[in-house]
Amino acid sequence: MKLQVTGENSLILYLGEDADEATSARVHAAVATIETALSDRLLDLVPSYASILILFDIQRIDHITVMKTLRKALAEPTTSAAGKGRTIALPVYYSRETGVDLEPLAARASLSVEQVIELHANTGYRVFAIGFAPGFAYLGQVDPRIAAPRLDTPRQRVPKGSVAIADRQTAVYPSESPGGWNLVGRCPVSLFNPAQDPAMPIAVGDQVCFEPISRAQFLSLGGDLG
Amino acid sequence: MSMRVSHPGILSLLQDSGRQGQHRLGLSNGGPLDSEAFHLCNRLLQNPTGSTAIEISAGGLQLQCTADTWICLTGAPMPLSVNDNEHDNWTVHRVREGDAIKVGFSRAGVRAYLGVAGGFSIVPSFGSTATVVREGIGGLCGKALNTGDSLPYPVLKVCKSLFLPFRERPRYLNSLTVRVIPGYQQRLFSRVAKRRFFAAPYTVSERCDRMGYRMQGPAVNCAIGGILSEGICPGAIQVPPDGQPIILLNDRQTIGGYPKLGAALSTDVARLTQLTAGAKVHFAPITTDTARRALRLSTLRLLNLPLEERRN
Repeated sequence: MKLQVTGENSLILYLGEDADEATSARVHAAVATIETALSDRLLDLVPSYASILILFDIQRIDHITVMKTLRKALAEPTTSAAGKGRTIALPVYYSRETGVDLEPLAARASLSVEQVIELHANTGYRVFAIGFAPGFAYLGQVDPRIAAPRLDTPRQRVPKGSVAIADRQTAVYPSESPGGWNLVGRCPVSLFNPAQDPAMPIAVGDQVCFEPISRAQFLSLGGDLG
Repeated sequence: MSMRVSHPGILSLLQDSGRQGQHRLGLSNGGPLDSEAFHLCNRLLQNPTGSTAIEISAGGLQLQCTADTWICLTGAPMPLSVNDNEHDNWTVHRVREGDAIKVGFSRAGVRAYLGVAGGFSIVPSFGSTATVVREGIGGLCGKALNTGDSLPYPVLKVCKSLFLPFRERPRYLNSLTVRVIPGYQQRLFSRVAKRRFFAAPYTVSERCDRMGYRMQGPAVNCAIGGILSEGICPGAIQVPPDGQPIILLNDRQTIGGYPKLGAALSTDVARLTQLTAGAKVHFAPITTDTARRALRLSTLRLLNLPLEERRN
């Protein structure tokens, strides 16, 4: 555990060096501890793979006091349940029409398209971080056999709901945007909806699994093939 | 009661004091880049702190009033006219139904704030009206102002004609010292690199927007090219592999994987965002204690700047 100054009203807490499940579980547990310890002096938190950025109200508390408070709070053992998030199943229509990179991925791995889909769908993923764009969740770890680098030239337009792979991470594009990840399918569930409360069905620390669905199911769940 | 946008200018955005507590959804803060000019605009109009105003970048905004009210323009010196009659900046003016408000182009500085008595009545999104175009959140449907947009405001009976005395008005120069709290991966930058960063002048590049200000100058190289993605605080100074620092602003991404030297002090960032390409910037390191004192002074000054009342 390492606390580092970042700015006039912020600190960053490092809980490990690597993107792995154990570190992420510590991050998830520490978020709850920090929220309790700083309560309304806390302005915002940014949990990520192995760190938590902590923004606090500088009018009411200073760096030294925050450091002392957090060191004390984080030294106490947390309940084991705190590291566990919820498990959320997201339906995915895996197909050549929604996953234009399935064939190149299969060729690269010397597997069939069906095997690539099976490897992607039969893995439980952890939500490591949320960022890049509203509702964009970084999920890991993808089976090393189907891990693939980002495209050399990002696409101008990746459709909303696209399920994609970059290295050992996977994600669902919450809205249409440019993007360089390898597309394998499409999810009909909205990952970011400002009109809903909560706006996102998942949070950092949750577990996500993907459930293959048919074209007809995708369409009946409101999926868009455009 | 509303103002109709007859011309949006280069970039005009509805802003309140910004979105707080939504980083976990990946939402950035938004909010006024020059928070001091924004704050003074609301103080002059006797509005609650953080009332929604328009941030005008470069200039060119034109509005039509549909009901009597009061307006005020603060920040970068953009010429203000009502029905083609010139009006002072940093001053509350009465405007009448049918009046045409025109904001010209800035002579120095980049952002000005046009406020209305009572503030614009915009429905908040995630607790704030701040427009972040990249995210499509806030303002009117997450977009910059456009011709034909209607900006509602409340009808108020009284508003004093306050103005900020000339001696208190900020000057928009083309050089600035930005105080920096060293932090994040600063230990991964060599002593020589850091000395260079804090000694050499940097130039504001052409590539500046509400996400970040890119600086040009001697390269500051870090021992590593990238880190595991982590949270980015406001004002963070990010150094990509080309060694040219970027000061990250209100519309920044909430997480990123480039090494960072620390973060610039918010009051200096407010002034930085008034600089145009070619302006000179020096960086000076300060401790968190000095930063805290500087912020307290700046807050007290903003709250207590003497405003005067115009007698007609």
